[in-house]
Amino acid sequence: MKKSIEKELLNEQEIERILTRITHEILEKNKGAENICLIGIVTGGVYLAERIKNKIKETEGIDVPLGILDISFYRDDINITKKRKAIKPTNIPFSIDDKKVILVDDVLFTGRSTRAAMDALIDFGRPAEIQLAVLIDRGHRELPIMANYTGKYIPTSRDEKIKVNFKEVSGKDSVLLIKT
Amino acid sequence: MKDLIGIKELSRQDIEEILNTAKAFKEVLGRDIKKVPTLRGKTAINLFFEPSTRTRTSFELAEKRLSLDVLNFSVGTSSVVKGETLYDTLKTIEAYNVDYIVIRHSCSGSAKFVAEHTPASVINAGDGTNEHPTQALLDAFSILEVKGRLDGLKIAIVGDIIHSRVARSNLYLLSKFDTEIRFIGPPTLLPVENPDNVKIFYDLKEGLKDVDVVMLLRIQLERQNAAYIPSLKEYFKIWGMKKESFSYLKDDAIIMHPGPMNRGVEIATEVADSSRSIILRQVTNGIATRMAVIYLLTS
Repeated sequence: MKKSIEKELLNEQEIERILTRITHEILEKNKGAENICLIGIVTGGVYLAERIKNKIKETEGIDVPLGILDISFYRDDINITKKRKAIKPTNIPFSIDDKKVILVDDVLFTGRSTRAAMDALIDFGRPAEIQLAVLIDRGHRELPIMANYTGKYIPTSRDEKIKVNFKEVSGKDSVLLIKT
Repeated sequence: MKDLIGIKELSRQDIEEILNTAKAFKEVLGRDIKKVPTLRGKTAINLFFEPSTRTRTSFELAEKRLSLDVLNFSVGTSSVVKGETLYDTLKTIEAYNVDYIVIRHSCSGSAKFVAEHTPASVINAGDGTNEHPTQALLDAFSILEVKGRLDGLKIAIVGDIIHSRVARSNLYLLSKFDTEIRFIGPPTLLPVENPDNVKIFYDLKEGLKDVDVVMLLRIQLERQNAAYIPSLKEYFKIWGMKKESFSYLKDDAIIMHPGPMNRGVEIATEVADSSRSIILRQVTNGIATRMAVIYLLTS
């Protein structure tokens, strides 16, 4: 059996700093937190969106609406994969009409999840704008999609894996590169 | 899993996966746009060899909400009346390249037969007196929604148990959880041999004591002529769920019915329309649950 090698790319403190930077970039680009909302893509994106929300609250004193989006029903590989992933119900308890929606995801890879997320969002209303914030961009895009806010760009090879751990699940934040 | 033929073959984990997925679909049904593109380009056929309005419409709506193309095939308008066999009907349908077959048939085992002879995913919408798995799943989903759990509940099923595929599927499902099941009704309509977790009651009041959920079954009007019960009136008097029955029910006990109801036979009008009744919730949940089943099947 081949052994897999894990390498830590980001630790807890680095992730924290990145999220602070992204939060400020969001506020700068949108000239404050008025009229924006955060939508976290299940599961990693939700934790990140919650943290960005808290940081916006700290700096601007504004509670921006936060929604949860599961993209399973919008995937384009449903006919290829045999195994269905567990679904977390989508919960967007506010109107996104005319809002600036910030989609939040942990890893940007092929861009297919982002495509699915945008299609899903359009079913919820007509946002003024959709922006994308990601913690890691690992390259290998298959669609013409680019993030507005990128935590860290990490060139990878296709057979490598990026694993993002969250305090909420594994007790510790970290980003790992796994080579098999 | 390619097909859903019965609850009997499912594990507790399978059931939990379906119920969990149904929760996500219930959210979809609450949106302004109640349709997702998930199964675009695929085709479903609803093969109903027995009359049905609600199960068929529920499946049809579930399929459309998943963006499936839908064909309906009812016995009255089909070649079956011209003598075509089930096998030949199936082969014809297969030639249309359908991906999902929903079948209701008066013969027990018909869904299994169809599943074994087609590459399409087959969903049993009721086969004879055998099973009606999606009804049991939507019942479980509805109980879970109201009670928050299945484990630890006492559930009474009242009425014509022996002829009911709904009761059978519910028995299989609830037995996979830590529940106490009670069958209540006239001796002629209750099974003689029962699993250990089932208690038998001939008296409604006694049987309903401490239960959390009451599932009423439809008394098929033709049973009266077959001498299972003396008369519908007498059935209502002894086993019908009436407003007075509330006095010996737990305060938070809920009342369910798979429909269609016979008001004044197994259920009084005031009971059907009371706040304890979750009958209409069952109908709504039927769509979400069937969407989940279709979504999870892969051939």
